[in-house]
Amino acid sequence: MTDKLLPIPNADTRAFWEGCAQGELRLQRCRACRNAQFPPRALCAACHAPSPVWEKASGRGRIVSHTRVHRPPSPAFKADVPYVVALVTLEEGPRIMVNLRGAAADAPRIGDAVRIGFDPPAGPDNIALPHAVAVAAP
Amino acid sequence: MTRRAIITGAADTAVGEVPGSTCMGLHAEAASLALADAGLKPSDIDGVLCAYSFTEPHLMLASVFCEYFGIQPAYSAAIHAGGATGCVMAMQAAALVEAGVCRHVLVVAGDNRLSGLSRDKAVAALAEVGHPQFERPFGVTIPALYGLVAQAYMHEYGATPEHLAAMAVNSRTHAARNPKAQMRKPITVADVLASRFISEPLRLLDCCLISDGGAAIVVSAADAARDTAKRPVALLGAGQKNTHEHLVAAPSLTEFGCRDSAAQAFGRAGVTAADIDVAEIYDSFTITLLVELESIGFFQKGEAGPAALAGALDLGGRLPCNTHGGLMSYAHSGAAGGLFHVVEAVRQLRGEAEARQVRDAELAFVHGDGGILSAHCSLVLGRQ
Ligand SMILES: [Zn+2]
Repeated sequence: MTDKLLPIPNADTRAFWEGCAQGELRLQRCRACRNAQFPPRALCAACHAPSPVWEKASGRGRIVSHTRVHRPPSPAFKADVPYVVALVTLEEGPRIMVNLRGAAADAPRIGDAVRIGFDPPAGPDNIALPHAVAVAAP
Repeated sequence: MTRRAIITGAADTAVGEVPGSTCMGLHAEAASLALADAGLKPSDIDGVLCAYSFTEPHLMLASVFCEYFGIQPAYSAAIHAGGATGCVMAMQAAALVEAGVCRHVLVVAGDNRLSGLSRDKAVAALAEVGHPQFERPFGVTIPALYGLVAQAYMHEYGATPEHLAAMAVNSRTHAARNPKAQMRKPITVADVLASRFISEPLRLLDCCLISDGGAAIVVSAADAARDTAKRPVALLGAGQKNTHEHLVAAPSLTEFGCRDSAAQAFGRAGVTAADIDVAEIYDSFTITLLVELESIGFFQKGEAGPAALAGALDLGGRLPCNTHGGLMSYAHSGAAGGLFHVVEAVRQLRGEAEARQVRDAELAFVHGDGGILSAHCSLVLGRQ
């Protein structure tokens, strides 16, 4: 079996992945225009002010789209097929991509409320991938 | 006022599985065919635009091609805009000749993506389109990313799997009339809906082909028409719009840059969508074509699917579309895929499309999109 390739954090993204490893979803917020953004960048993509600050996000959002993948991108994902990839718009505004887990993956619907959880940390960079579960899930 | 650039040569190689083909060999064959079509010699070419390759990737593909083909043009560059590249190259070539930098620009692309790359390698290479940290770790593929667009679009505008399937059926109906097409056996909506899921709601027959093939056009200064062999086709207008690269950062999941790129192209050409006689629109997936038909304004939201089911995209319909068979039935070989649409538009405007000819076609619209509906380029071509 081939291992899945995990993200390699860089200066833009390290704070995000450190948060995930601690069970905390983090977003950047612009100090000038207050825009919350994802993916992380060295500047605010709305007003171009430098150095947005990190903050803890609610971890709550809604499914805005989903797809059940039957043909995986690589042999590393073969054991998981079929699995659900979803786009979730967070309460703070930005959209993130995650896999749906548990009951949330059974019959996902656009508009379903979900909350973000985390896989166990793995690999040399201690990467805990975010996922989404149904709001009522334990 | 600057006189519009003209397309003086257009050609493609055999497509599908082309045994013994190489990436550069396909480039050279397409280039030779396009030059012969124009009645020009290699030494007439003073500009070259290339794209990218999956089987022979290189940092400087235009230099690689010029060395292989044996020309030393005054200007050359390679352009990377995914599926928009064919149209972007045509737009750039027109700008070069209209600015007086070049007189004859050769635009060429090709790849032996079917025979030179295993299917697993092709799928893996294409998955690199996803964001390396925020999309790819979740197991996305290009069909998965387009599946996400499809799900959102169907939810918002009521498009159905049958509406998507109608796009694939239309491509195959046209391809059946084209002896060069890779897939010619007619299919029905039921066949599409019975094919296996790749990434829901997209099924195998909602997806484009993987092919070998090359294509080339020659874009020339307006006054070059007297030196060339065929009736010239004018590049009346072009436009671009890029709104994002990764779907996770797209401003919307249902509104894309094709609307603005087409509006620019129509505006510069002084025409509207209603004036277009034939359209060759990027169709990497059924959803790609459906979204573009509705966003560009050829159909109202929710209307393209029912119209296609009623034959609107076929010969004699309101908007004959992808008359060569498109990426789903003619061929898709990397950047050449988008150039096939341009080549077909030229053939339609010259009246060379034989059994698939749109009668009296005077104005053609061509559209390419790269990424996940990320980069858009639209062209309006006219018979001269
Ligand atoms: Zn800002």
